[in-house]
Amino acid sequence: MTNRVSTLIGSPNRRKLLVPFVTVGYPTFAMSRQLAETAIESGADMLELGMPFSDPLADGPQVQLSSQVALQHGTGLGDLFELTAELRRGTDIPILAMGYYNPVLSRGLDRFFGEAKSAGIDGLIIPDLPPEEAGPFLDQAGKHDIASVFLVAPTSTAMRVRRIEQRCTDFVYAVTVTGVTGAGRSFDDQTDRYLSSLRKQLRKPFVAGFGVSSSASAKRLCRHADGVVIGSALIRLVEENGRAERAVGKVGDFLKSVRESLNGQ
Amino acid sequence: MRGIDKKYNFPDARGRYGLFGGRYVPETVIYALDELAAAYAKAQKDRRFKAELAGYLKSFVGRPSPLYFAERLTQHVGSPRIWFKREDLNHTGAHKINNTVGQILLALRMRKTRIIAETGAGQHGLATATVCARFGLPCVIYMGAEDVIRQAPNVEKMRLLGAEVVPVESGSKTLKDATNQAMRDWVTNIRTTFYIIGSVVGPHPYPMIVRDLQSVIGKETKVQSLKILGKLPDALVACVGGGSNAIGLFYPFIRSKVKLIGIEAAGHGLDSGKHSATLTKGKPGVLHGSYSYLLFDAEGQITLPHSVSAGLDYPGVGPEHSHLRDSGRVEYHSATDQEAVDAFKLTSRLEGIIPAMETSHAIAWLVANGRTFRRNQNVVVCLSGRGDKDMPILSSLGELK
Ligand SMILES: Cc1ncc(COP(=O)(O)O)c(C=O)c1O
Repeated sequence: MTNRVSTLIGSPNRRKLLVPFVTVGYPTFAMSRQLAETAIESGADMLELGMPFSDPLADGPQVQLSSQVALQHGTGLGDLFELTAELRRGTDIPILAMGYYNPVLSRGLDRFFGEAKSAGIDGLIIPDLPPEEAGPFLDQAGKHDIASVFLVAPTSTAMRVRRIEQRCTDFVYAVTVTGVTGAGRSFDDQTDRYLSSLRKQLRKPFVAGFGVSSSASAKRLCRHADGVVIGSALIRLVEENGRAERAVGKVGDFLKSVRESLNGQ
Repeated sequence: MRGIDKKYNFPDARGRYGLFGGRYVPETVIYALDELAAAYAKAQKDRRFKAELAGYLKSFVGRPSPLYFAERLTQHVGSPRIWFKREDLNHTGAHKINNTVGQILLALRMRKTRIIAETGAGQHGLATATVCARFGLPCVIYMGAEDVIRQAPNVEKMRLLGAEVVPVESGSKTLKDATNQAMRDWVTNIRTTFYIIGSVVGPHPYPMIVRDLQSVIGKETKVQSLKILGKLPDALVACVGGGSNAIGLFYPFIRSKVKLIGIEAAGHGLDSGKHSATLTKGKPGVLHGSYSYLLFDAEGQITLPHSVSAGLDYPGVGPEHSHLRDSGRVEYHSATDQEAVDAFKLTSRLEGIIPAMETSHAIAWLVANGRTFRRNQNVVVCLSGRGDKDMPILSSLGELK
């Protein structure tokens, strides 16, 4: 079987990709499942499941909060695998796990990748693991046919962009700004110029993430990018709705509106 | 003797000390690390940089610091002959300023316009605020909210010096969380801001730069020992938080036969689950940019360390120490909160020197293990800092009555 990520990225009439991010175990395991299901129903092309970590140093306030809440009630890698396996019964979209390196490494890379594969995880994004440090990680990813996604940033030199692209199996993740994740950012000409130059440098498709929190900004980024990742904005919605059931509907509505605005592009 | 490597030469080209070290950071930061490594390589070859650094170490920091014979402590313990390398006499009262003077000179060469730092005990924050005042650069210090309370006198000093002190309320509200927040600031302001890291931790090239800057401690100790004793000391002892005062003392002796001993904080005891003894009880993992010994649980989540001393209350340790542990070149032991408090009081009364609570761990170990040395052997303890900053915590423990 070919990897679901390759299938999606290689499909001839691929639309602009909507990639929601959901923290496993936030605000509860059951609700993270509902949020993920809603995201899928609302037009997600891929799903990112956040693996909570005690020290999320590349993340802003929303992802810090979601990780902390998830860890407070004991969320672990077992929950990631369980959630993925449950979602897998109802969907064929690629599921990527995103999180920091220590939990993955301390599991034992071989064991982690084995468990991830059998749960139905298709790819991994580890923001504190640049390609130079990823040798053993990439060996295991290759062995288990799991996609690896590395990040490029506005500060990456042209040479690094090339090197990073080579290490990404299917697509590249472009960080929109120099900064951490977080909702409510607005993008300007500088972001446009950055993404447009990336477009010229890259042969593989790329999704843009960090700070995307409205249909307008998603649309703007997708002038050059092949898709957007939306995370902190969803956490903010859950918080604004008191972490109650009604938040699930709001997240669904929001993602549908983003989906719609991308459909014309 | 185990672990002695006459050709010891780390880090390698990839920033590794054996298995340890590296650069486990978000992509945004890589450019700044490359830029720093290049600027540092250039500065090392520049005679003007060396002269400038030496000038500030002499007239601003007050170096060389004395090597002092702790006569009454020696009598009290019986053996060996105990010497203090007096880093407490440096400007701002600890070894930390050796590093901040060097890093701010690099920042100026790199035309950075803003400085950030993390701090635990506040000694590194204070040393950073001090050089920022001296060179006129704006300075933001991240400090765990709990440490802001524990080390109140230093917070006031930093503010007086014009630094903005930001209490960090996330996680355990101590040094590791302050470091996370400093990293987030750095990622956000990466083009303009220089991050002055306070110990031999973080991504390459920081552990190397901080080690090199702190090595002035060991270089002076070598010269002073040869002059006073006519030979090298038999052993060196230093406390280990991130490990900068220890590596600074050890490094110039690393290819010699001198015994090297690092002392970690055992908190309430090594088996209490409340300690900061990373090298004794931890496992290799990744935090704050490098692969090194670390305290974490079965899920890979970082566990909360504990130490009465804020400067040792950190779940990680510098990657070079991890290598030195595994190679056997350095022995690592520990001292508990109570042993450190006792040594703090003992040293104050016997020597008229109030040592930092961090330093007190090193003294405590030597007091308890002096008998493993012969009477005529000479052991140098890095007296990494003065203890004024620790009066509030001692008082709150009821130890000042
Ligand atoms: C006086 C003193 N000694 C030691 C330390 C521990 O740091 P390191 O292990 O990097 O020397 C600190 C840290 O704040 C300190 O203030």
